[in-house]
Amino acid sequence: MSVAQETPVQSAKAPQSIPRRNGRWAGYSHLLMARMLELKREPEVVFWVFVFPLLLALGLGIAFRNKPGDAVSVAIVEGSSAQSAQALLARSPHHDLFKIQVLNADDARKGFRLGKFDLVIEPGLNNGFVYRYDPARPESVLAKAEVNDALQAASGRNDAVATTAVTSSEPGSRYIDFLIPGLLGMNLMNSGMWGIGFALVDMRQRKLLKRYVGTPMRRGDFLLAIMTSRLILMVIEIGLLLVFGIIFFHMRVLGSVLSIATIGGLGSLTFGGVGLLTASRAQKIESISGLINLVMMPMWIFSGVFFSYERFPAVIHPLIKALPLTALNDALRASILEGTPLLHQWSRLLILGLWGGISFVLALKWFRWT
Amino acid sequence: MPPAIQCRDLRKTYDGKVEAVRGLTLEIQTGECFGLLGPNGAGKTTTIEILEGLLAPTSGEVSILGRNWRENEREMREWLGISLQETRLSEKLTVHETVELFASFYREPRSSNEVLEQLQLTEKADSWVGKLSGGQRQRLAVATALVCNPKILFLDEPTTGLDPQSRRQLWDIIREFQRAGGTVLLTTHYMDEAERLCDRLAIVDHGQIIAEGSPADLIERLGGHHVVEFSVSGNSDGAALQAWRGLPSVESVREDDGLVALNVKQPHLTIPALLEAIDKQGSQLQHLTTRQASLEDVFVRLTGRHLREE
Repeated sequence: MSVAQETPVQSAKAPQSIPRRNGRWAGYSHLLMARMLELKREPEVVFWVFVFPLLLALGLGIAFRNKPGDAVSVAIVEGSSAQSAQALLARSPHHDLFKIQVLNADDARKGFRLGKFDLVIEPGLNNGFVYRYDPARPESVLAKAEVNDALQAASGRNDAVATTAVTSSEPGSRYIDFLIPGLLGMNLMNSGMWGIGFALVDMRQRKLLKRYVGTPMRRGDFLLAIMTSRLILMVIEIGLLLVFGIIFFHMRVLGSVLSIATIGGLGSLTFGGVGLLTASRAQKIESISGLINLVMMPMWIFSGVFFSYERFPAVIHPLIKALPLTALNDALRASILEGTPLLHQWSRLLILGLWGGISFVLALKWFRWT
Repeated sequence: MPPAIQCRDLRKTYDGKVEAVRGLTLEIQTGECFGLLGPNGAGKTTTIEILEGLLAPTSGEVSILGRNWRENEREMREWLGISLQETRLSEKLTVHETVELFASFYREPRSSNEVLEQLQLTEKADSWVGKLSGGQRQRLAVATALVCNPKILFLDEPTTGLDPQSRRQLWDIIREFQRAGGTVLLTTHYMDEAERLCDRLAIVDHGQIIAEGSPADLIERLGGHHVVEFSVSGNSDGAALQAWRGLPSVESVREDDGLVALNVKQPHLTIPALLEAIDKQGSQLQHLTTRQASLEDVFVRLTGRHLREE
């Protein structure tokens, strides 16, 4: 059977309903809606973007919660002086701070090496003691100071100056307060890089991008829709994590919602731009995964997500501060924890803007649709 | 009226090395269904993507309804319905959402529901794309092309990998579009598809057109009318082949995988003579079939290879 042999055509045109006309933004709004529906229907996205940061905050918040007076773990080496050391420590007003174990020299040192003990007290000359400690371990240094203080005081030391100590562990200065803005920043980076970079390469590999450019779709609308979907997710991400911090860890948010949202929005767009640039050429999802990790790795380490970058040598601080995630984390911390106005943060916002803007322009130049 | 699709001396060289298309000239009239037929790697997809304006040719001219891609891209996109080879549409969108999305890119699209009905996808309208069978996905791909109410439909291997029923369904849809006045350009490596669907076709090999015409014309010109295939016991050498060539009504002879294939005009004259000749040789006839010549025979005649060979 060939076309020629078929029955003659009855109607010249296929049945048509009244043609509809699409407005200027029909494509954009459909692209945005499609993107949001896709994200909503992808359980992994919901987990990694929303649940995972909450679990991380919960886990780290509990692990590093402020314990009332961290106990100092001390090993005392067996011998004649061991008993006197124990007795002296027991007389100290802070004796409940010390967790003491008496054991032979080998076991004591082994335990110290493994981090089980912060300090080892060995017998010294003239009924004195020798402290074995590690100056590189803050808790070891602290233990030495505390134990020495207790021993000297119990042995009858007279303090020359009268001092009083006031404790302060207000919300705002705890680890969880430091952590949550860092997690926010990291999450915005993650979802920007994966949600845009990975998603685009995936569409390119599936030839969906090519199919789209085979239509009159405006390419700018497509990118705009993807960016918009990021911004919508950003609001949810930030809101969830902050509300979580407020409810579970009694976090205090000093900055205004508007300024936090502005910083978050700028951060999202910045990493959206970086994600777009990363994705501009890659053809396979395997290669984009590697690229994304390569781009994000330095920021995970240096940008002060889990611990302050002040711990790195001061020489490289300017470099660290030039990273977009550092700027974002610093800005979020200043705004959330200290209520610093946006105007005072212009340099951080500028760094974000430059990273995002330059990436975006380069990405548009290099981006491959096919 | 300018031709629907026209290209002149199209060339495409990848990375300065691989010559995918080597001087290809085509002219397709409005209302025609035109097929590019060739084996994998012949340059069909490169050609169709250049015509679709998705790939820039290294050299050569393309015009679609008298316009060219450099100056009129936006307008031309409104006229073309495209189905690429293996586009994987978003799995988590429903069929209806997908068609609506594509419709939203065009100024005056057709109603999505109407297109879904035409492609027998109404029942699946609310299913996720990821849940569709191969045939349904391919129909959806065509639906995204038809929803723009195109003047020209480009289909790159529309039925590759489909079961016979799905293929037939798609053929019906393509014919319907053509009956409504549309122009179709499709690529395929299926002979039967080209024979049934195409008004005219070009056989492409190594980036060049090696024959062009209507299927019937090509078969008549190059394939002979019928093919008689047989094998005999004992050795068949060159001399034997010559002997078969001398039988009445035989136009050409080739040997293929131990089978001798004769292109013949009138099998009822050839077969008795063939049997007699085998008898005279003292050989045993082991296999004998006759069939209508097909485009496959045309292709083998032209290239010495089968279409499906890599």
